[in-house]
Amino acid sequence: MRVQAEPFDVGAELAAFAAGRQDVGAEVSFSGVVRDDGGLAAMEIEHYPGMTEKALAKIEAEAVARWDLKASLVIHRYGRLEPGEKIMMVATAAGHRAEAFEAAQFLMDYLKSRAPFWKKETGADGASWVAAKDADEDALERW
Amino acid sequence: MIEVLYFAWVRERIGLPRESIETQAATVADLVAELRAREDRYDMAFSDVSALRVALDQELAGFDAPLAGVREVAFFPPMTGG
Repeated sequence: MRVQAEPFDVGAELAAFAAGRQDVGAEVSFSGVVRDDGGLAAMEIEHYPGMTEKALAKIEAEAVARWDLKASLVIHRYGRLEPGEKIMMVATAAGHRAEAFEAAQFLMDYLKSRAPFWKKETGADGASWVAAKDADEDALERW
Repeated sequence: MIEVLYFAWVRERIGLPRESIETQAATVADLVAELRAREDRYDMAFSDVSALRVALDQELAGFDAPLAGVREVAFFPPMTGG
C-alpha cells in the first residue's frame, strides 16, 4: 500500500507485480483516472496522513485474507492532478480469476468510501468538493 | 488536551486544519455542542452532523462514542477516494 503525491507508472507496476510467483493464475488491475466531463481544470485530493495509510492497509489485509491473494497492490495519490492523470490503482493476484476480480472490486468499493480521501474539482466556475454518492455506500452491502 | 483535526470543507468552513482543545466533553456529541457554542463558523460547520463523519485516534466512530482516553478527533465529510 502506498500513498504518494508523485505519479506512478501503471505498466512498470504491473510488470513487477507478483513477479516470480508460480502459484498465480490470475491478475486483475484497475486504475482510476481524472475524468473531464467538460471544463475540469484540476482535481485536488486531500487525505488524512496516518489514518489513510492505516485504512488502506486494513482494507488490503482483509482482501488478501478473504480471497487468499498471492499478491496485492494499492497505490493512491494525493495533491493536485490534471485530467488524464492516474489517481490510483489496485492489482490483485490469485490462483484463479474469480478471486482476483472479486478482490479487486472489494478493494475499489472500500477505497471509495472507507479510505480518508476527499476530492475537490476546480473548473471554469470555481472549485467544489465532490459529494459522496449513495451508490458508493450501497456498494459495500454486497460484501 | 485533545487534538482536533478538520478536513475538506469542514476545514475550510472552520478556517484551520487542526487545534488543541481543552475539554471535559464526555462524548463526540458533547464536543460538537461545545464547538458549536464557540463561534458561528463552528456552528455552521456542524449544523448537520448527518453530513459529517468522525474518527477517534484514526478509526471511524459514531457521534455517541466516548472521548475518554482519546488523543485525536477528526471531523470530515463522507470520503471520496478511488
